[in-house]
Amino acid sequence: MIAGFIESLLIVSVRLLAGAQARWQGCGQSPEQRIYVANHTSHLDVVLLFSALPAALRRRTRPIAAAEYWTAGPLRRYLIHNIFRGVLIERDRSQLNPLEPAASALRQGDSLIFFPEGTRGPGEGLQPLKPGIFHLASWFPGVDIVPVWIDNSYRILPKGFAIPVPLLCSITFGTPLRCKAGQQQNEFLAEVRTALEALQPC
Amino acid sequence: MDTRTPEVYWILGSLLALVSLASLIGLLLRRRQPANPAIENLNARIRAWLVMILIGGGALLAGRIAVILLFACVSFLALREFVTQTPVRRADHSALFMCFFIALPVQYLLIGADKYGLFSIWIPVYGFLGLAVLAALFTDTTRFLDRTAATQWGLIVCVYCVSHIPALMTLQIPGYGNRAPLLMVFLVLITQASDILQYVWGKLFGRHPLVPAVSPSKTVEGLLGGVLSATLLGALLWRITPFKIWQAGVIALLIAVLGFLGGLVMSAIKRDRGIKDWSHLIEGHGGMLDRIDSLCFSAPVFFHLTRYFFGHT
Repeated sequence: MIAGFIESLLIVSVRLLAGAQARWQGCGQSPEQRIYVANHTSHLDVVLLFSALPAALRRRTRPIAAAEYWTAGPLRRYLIHNIFRGVLIERDRSQLNPLEPAASALRQGDSLIFFPEGTRGPGEGLQPLKPGIFHLASWFPGVDIVPVWIDNSYRILPKGFAIPVPLLCSITFGTPLRCKAGQQQNEFLAEVRTALEALQPC
Repeated sequence: MDTRTPEVYWILGSLLALVSLASLIGLLLRRRQPANPAIENLNARIRAWLVMILIGGGALLAGRIAVILLFACVSFLALREFVTQTPVRRADHSALFMCFFIALPVQYLLIGADKYGLFSIWIPVYGFLGLAVLAALFTDTTRFLDRTAATQWGLIVCVYCVSHIPALMTLQIPGYGNRAPLLMVFLVLITQASDILQYVWGKLFGRHPLVPAVSPSKTVEGLLGGVLSATLLGALLWRITPFKIWQAGVIALLIAVLGFLGGLVMSAIKRDRGIKDWSHLIEGHGGMLDRIDSLCFSAPVFFHLTRYFFGHT
């Protein structure tokens, strides 16, 4: 109840700040299981992507988040567990298979939000993609990988600033792709990268 | 000062009747030619007009504060669209914060408090200088003048100019009693009617493009037909104004011409940025700025002329 209220509040505020226009360009809204693969430039990205999904899909979609960031402090812990229902990943490779929590969420039938750059970039363009998305895609070859481009969010809340300013953002959903049998890691990552960059508004 | 005069009810009633008639025609057109994109766009525009009349009328009936809040929101949405298209960088973050969260609310508070001496200079003096200082403090000199000018422009056009619409309610005009909000109704009606009439005249009789390099849809026939019919409408509405009938006509002519010029200037900015519409906020119309670009130019001039020639000073 309270969590639902806070979630709505976050979504309303981000729409006020960013307009958050969703463009379903390469696919429609669908309840089937998906991994949304998005560029990452701002703390607002998860809320922006959430706000672009209808409530029914949002409930079954969980963002992948860095454990060391989201478990520091009670507010962050509350947000990531109760509001975003995030899947926490250890980035320090202390686990044998750091992607196991993500794989288990996929086995439960949840959709995921995945930032393949692994961390926030400085703005325009993409940083190199980490191999994580290739592993997930090859373990679950039947799940659609949906490329998503979040435009302009780095200008709302740049790295190093605490207060956001209003600017219009758009969230563009591209054509789903899958990891084909025997596809190499580099080849697949290049394919994801091209798909993401193709969504960038010029 | 009262926003709920009998004239307001008359005008809102007539506008609703007009939109209902337009919706009916739109429905009939669609039945005759289903899936015609031009007719779909017309219907979307009519629906958006209905929503805008309901919001504007609702604010008027709710009173002075609601009207001021409404235009503060309009400024916010317009500024958000404007800033999105400007070359601002990371170093401009604080300047933008000042625009949205200090300059804008203070401007509308000053109008609410009826402080003419401050709201008429708050942005042109303090906002203008303050933004330049903030940009310099952040020591990023790349395209410095471009960026600073863009934030200053956004603040002037989207906040300062727009705020002159509700500021009309503060005018004291001898013999006009408490009816100052009707000046606002007059301005918005003439500006928007002139926009629509220019569009209609242009679609029906437009042959000679006026400034094809800036705005290909504007034609000589559209401009003349639209501006002259808006002038006639202004003269016919003289009863809701403090003006004589010929004065109302001349002022409506001025409002229509300024509205046209406002649209032209804002089109030039859109051309420069390579966009067709400022956003997709209002179905069929584009963004907030696409709808109010003409008001941005007609409002401050109408306000100051009326105040100078007719007001208590």
